[in-house]
Amino acid sequence: MDTFIQQIVNGLVLGSIYALVALGYTMVYGILGLINFAHGEVVMVGALTALSIVKALSGSGLPGPVIALLGLMGAIPVCMALGFTIERVAYRPLRNAPRLAPLITAIGVSIVLQQVMMLGWGSTYLSFPALFSETPHSLMGAHINDLQIMIVCVAGATMAGLILLVQKTRIGRAMRAAAENPAMASLMGVNVDRIISFTFVVGSALAAVAGLMVSANYSIAHYSMGFMLGLKAFTAAVLGGIGNLAGAMLGGVLLGLIESLGSGYISDLTGGVLGSNYRDVFAFFVLILVLVLRPSGLMGEQVSERA
Amino acid sequence: MTTLEGKRRDPRVALAGTLLLAVALALAPFAVGAGAGIAWVRVIDFALLYIMLALGLNIVVGFAGLLDLGYIAFYAVGAYLYALLSSPHLAGAFPSLAPGLHWPIWAILPLGALVAGAFGVILGAPTLRLRGDYLAIVTLGFGEIIRIFMNNLNRPVNLTNGPQGITQIDPIGIGGVSFGRTLDVFGIGLPSVYLYYYLFLGATLLVVFVSIRLEDSRIGRAWVAIREDEIAAKACGINTRNIKLLAFAMGASFGGVAGGLFAGFQQFVSPESFTLMESVMVLCMVVLGGMGHIPGVIFGGILLTLLPEALRYGAGPVQTALFGKVLVPPESLRMLLFGLALILVMLYRPAGLWPSAIRRREFAGAGNSPENGAGSERE
Repeated sequence: MDTFIQQIVNGLVLGSIYALVALGYTMVYGILGLINFAHGEVVMVGALTALSIVKALSGSGLPGPVIALLGLMGAIPVCMALGFTIERVAYRPLRNAPRLAPLITAIGVSIVLQQVMMLGWGSTYLSFPALFSETPHSLMGAHINDLQIMIVCVAGATMAGLILLVQKTRIGRAMRAAAENPAMASLMGVNVDRIISFTFVVGSALAAVAGLMVSANYSIAHYSMGFMLGLKAFTAAVLGGIGNLAGAMLGGVLLGLIESLGSGYISDLTGGVLGSNYRDVFAFFVLILVLVLRPSGLMGEQVSERA
Repeated sequence: MTTLEGKRRDPRVALAGTLLLAVALALAPFAVGAGAGIAWVRVIDFALLYIMLALGLNIVVGFAGLLDLGYIAFYAVGAYLYALLSSPHLAGAFPSLAPGLHWPIWAILPLGALVAGAFGVILGAPTLRLRGDYLAIVTLGFGEIIRIFMNNLNRPVNLTNGPQGITQIDPIGIGGVSFGRTLDVFGIGLPSVYLYYYLFLGATLLVVFVSIRLEDSRIGRAWVAIREDEIAAKACGINTRNIKLLAFAMGASFGGVAGGLFAGFQQFVSPESFTLMESVMVLCMVVLGGMGHIPGVIFGGILLTLLPEALRYGAGPVQTALFGKVLVPPESLRMLLFGLALILVMLYRPAGLWPSAIRRREFAGAGNSPENGAGSERE
């Protein structure tokens, strides 16, 4: 039973990170109908930028949470600028091109970002300094440390902020309008191009937050960390119903739970034949199952085939 | 290949051209081997393998318009099948099979095509009703699942030997002639890589031939119809599900054959050869070359195999000459330029470097609405 609760805790922590990244995918997909394949790399850039700032400040005697916050403050603008540039360079010129074209440029952008970061930060695994006290709190028999609590709280607050932004502000209304029907929105005076840029920027800011979290959680950062994370987050977005913000959050948390429960119990369930080294398989199985059984996701609306 | 563009040509010119091409292809390994070293003949062997893969993927992506990001999985299936059936490896897990299985290539390659094709159907059947981008992600996931299983299926029964891969695979042998050794033909020594060149060339030509025949066939036209507009194709009486499954199976079986040849050529397979990056690479060959256009795809395959190799060998010395030291390691530079090339080609030539005449016209006249079926999914 203790393991069960422990896995739930781990799953929630992991899931809130996935949810943050998934939001980036789902917002862009909602407006452009495009899978932003380079989004995982934005997370990676955020993580490495934050890592550098945190490392530079870690000797300064500032308390850990402050350093983490400063790292975040540094990483967010970098990622915002990056997201803006990616959209301008790789997606905007191809708005009317066949669907494969932006996918290929996205793959190109991913490769370039990975290589550039590898040149700057090296190809070794970089360790992320511990910023929070490691002493675990006991929660119904499971252990949870300060960092994990912080991750869940910050992720929750960020998502609440995003929902407020989208539902209550003028620009949020414009975003929803552009997602509904770009042509009509522009007739109503919405500058759709600017909204799309804004969407990328917001998504990238969330990616920066997630980047800091994921590298602090695993105390590791690496130039190729973005790919798998991005893929899983995309799975989460699809699971929840792509294009749907609440769905992305739900999907992220669910996927985190499935993954940590799955890798925690797979060895017992299969009598030791399959071990936790299959953990990456879960995300894909979930993805395939969802797409086969309910392609619109858990919270997605049933869209008729637009041919 | 020269007469595909639909222009009428003097048959004598065409014949002369074909002959010239045949002579050039036959002498290529000698010219390359003498001029640039035997390592480059090996690179050309790989180029041929990649052309086969690209042509296989071209059936799925180019003809039928189904975006497959996990294509390398079929290559992996073919390669591991060859590795298991033609190496001492299985004797380790099943002592009764000692000294391992050593099947002839004639048995393995068709079986590889069949098994890979079956995997194609297994992947295709549940996913075909998905729309384009979803299909891309599911196939991507499928490719990763296959790789993860190959990485981990060394327990409880050692099937794939995990990350270490399978070694000591028999070289390909045909009619008692092993391709793993230098062969003496009329006093000329043909090194192993030359022999593989001719074998792969033969296989590639066969794949090209099958591709061309498929393209012009009833099935090929059905694929193109589905790519352009699935609902209209259905209305015209095409059984879209079966035809799409057929595209998956065909493409996969090409990949399976290429995988078998790869395993025999390398005499070693490991999961590392079948990463997502490889799938992306093959997809890029198809897309950069010109989707659905066979000469374009071949060109893409050659370009994307030779260019990175040229960079690998050339980037270090050039940098030393220019800056006095190596600023960017060649391996990174290679990937960096590769990524940039992907972006730039898509921005300036979205139909690929060598698109078919029809597609070029479509793009030229695509001012008001994108003609291709994929683009019509959103608005």
